Amino acid sequence: MVNKMLEIDLNDISLYENIARDEKDLNIVVRPSLSYWKDAWIRLSKNKVALISLGVILLYIILAVAGPYMTPYDFKSNNPDATDLLPNAQHWFGTDSLGRDMWERIWMGGRVSLMIGFVVTTINTFIGVVIGGISGYFGGKLDMFIMRIIDVLYGIPTIIVAILVMMLLNSGIASLIIAMVIIGWIGSARFVRGQILQLKNLEFVLAAKTLGAGSIRIIAMHLIPNIMGLIITNLAMAIPNAIFTEAFLSYIGLGIQPPQTSWGQLARIGATVFRAYPYQLFIPAFFISTTMLALNLFGDGLRDALDPRLRGRNK
Amino acid sequence: MVNYIFRRLIISLLTVWVLVTAVFILVRVLPGDPFTGEKTTPEIKANMMKYYGFDKPLHVQYGRYIVNLMKGDLGTSLKYHNKKVTDIIAQTFPYSADLGIRALLFALIAGLCLGINAALNMGKFWDYFCIILAIIGVSVPDFILGSLLQYVFALQLKWLPVARWMGFKYTILPVFALSLYTVALITRLMRVSMLEVINQDYVTTAEAKGLSSFEVVWRHQIRNAILPVVTVMGPITAAVLTGTFVIEMIFAVPGMGKFYVQGIHDLDYSLILGMTVFYGVFLVAANFIVDIVYGFVDPRIRITGK
Repeated sequence: MVNKMLEIDLNDISLYENIARDEKDLNIVVRPSLSYWKDAWIRLSKNKVALISLGVILLYIILAVAGPYMTPYDFKSNNPDATDLLPNAQHWFGTDSLGRDMWERIWMGGRVSLMIGFVVTTINTFIGVVIGGISGYFGGKLDMFIMRIIDVLYGIPTIIVAILVMMLLNSGIASLIIAMVIIGWIGSARFVRGQILQLKNLEFVLAAKTLGAGSIRIIAMHLIPNIMGLIITNLAMAIPNAIFTEAFLSYIGLGIQPPQTSWGQLARIGATVFRAYPYQLFIPAFFISTTMLALNLFGDGLRDALDPRLRGRNK
Repeated sequence: MVNYIFRRLIISLLTVWVLVTAVFILVRVLPGDPFTGEKTTPEIKANMMKYYGFDKPLHVQYGRYIVNLMKGDLGTSLKYHNKKVTDIIAQTFPYSADLGIRALLFALIAGLCLGINAALNMGKFWDYFCIILAIIGVSVPDFILGSLLQYVFALQLKWLPVARWMGFKYTILPVFALSLYTVALITRLMRVSMLEVINQDYVTTAEAKGLSSFEVVWRHQIRNAILPVVTVMGPITAAVLTGTFVIEMIFAVPGMGKFYVQGIHDLDYSLILGMTVFYGVFLVAANFIVDIVYGFVDPRIRITGK
């Protein structure tokens, strides 16, 4: 109709320029289509700081798994003949005041600290995604209800809640995880809800609804995959906090109890003797700090890679 | 605005109530009791339980507890006999407040200066310096930093006193150890926020009007960029407060945090209960004030009431 009004005959061959086949091919810009994850990986692999950080984290994980097998000692057996030794060829990180090998203890403690860090954040994120997803998608009274609970709980600091829970439960890994999960999911639930609210009125959700997809399917198969990059970024940024909280609780004497050990507990023991034997504090302190540093830097890199909109912010 | 304040007030009160109730329930079901370990016969123990009202049914204890709270009574310490929790708080809180306020002020001033400096020198030495400082600051836990500073500056170099709280010299290390995390956080936030403001139209307008660069930065950039910093004052207060637990322990500051951690070890239920309630109310109040301040400075919140 438009063409008729403009009185142009689209079949008029003089309107078109004839281009040679090869020239036409040249003008077609073809690039293999990249998936979101591939694209993110390319961006991440260009980020040297993030890669080094990832290397450090992987090294620590490998050492936490394999380290204890690399020396003939045991992390909890005392040796009265070899107390408070400085790092040497037999005891790579020295020994503590009971003659226990520090290398063994560092990596046995690393197992606990790293494990708690990863497990707590994964559980928190999972609960946050489920609650935030349901709350954001369904809205209405359910959302009101969940949001009011979150509003009320949000004002209480995690550490205070964790202290109270740890007093109630027997110390140990499971108790620590429960203590850190009990209100730890709130942050990610708020975050996921906010993201779902932005997405849920978009066309692809309407399309899925039209095709008869149920609510749970829409949340799990359409909405969550769309914010997966942001969720993973948030998860990575939360791991150092979890490792810090564990170390903090163990440091004030509420976390892991002997003979079990963790980096926080090692720092606590080291702090009692550090005027005479500073290395006993500084070795666990070094591993706590470098782990948190590497995780923070890797998290930054991951955010830049997974969320291009935010690139360069929050540096 | 009145609506908004009212809503925040209700939520804050509910938060306090949830915390108070949770603490009450937790403390009553805790394993072990504070009288074990002391030289007490079962009769004396029963008398003590009766004296402290632990023999009554839970709901009676709860009712009495709430009434006492309303009167501002947080109970009596079980460890330090005949000492009221409120007395212990009154005695120790000034030290913690002193430490906390110094740390907050230092963090605010240093963080804002570093953040602004970094943004104005984007891509240059100062920028990288601040970025590195900020990332280290959020990565080194305060209890490690405290011990490290104590070792280097007090034990090795002997420039500053090792511990205690007896004058300005004594405050330097604890305040620095407590505030570095917050300094880093504010630096990061202020830098990003400044970078967003720097390219706004109103900044160009101000420059085009011929204002001096100082005036542009001060009146048009910093004033607008500082808004997001207000929002994190709540969490920052919480971080400084929990930080005092370990910093006071390391530097032997006779503040609340030290007593709180000590109470955990002694199973001094009523002391922990009272102090947790105090901390909770304090933080909720701080958050409430931050929310109200933010409501005043950001008109969008005032209007939508969100």
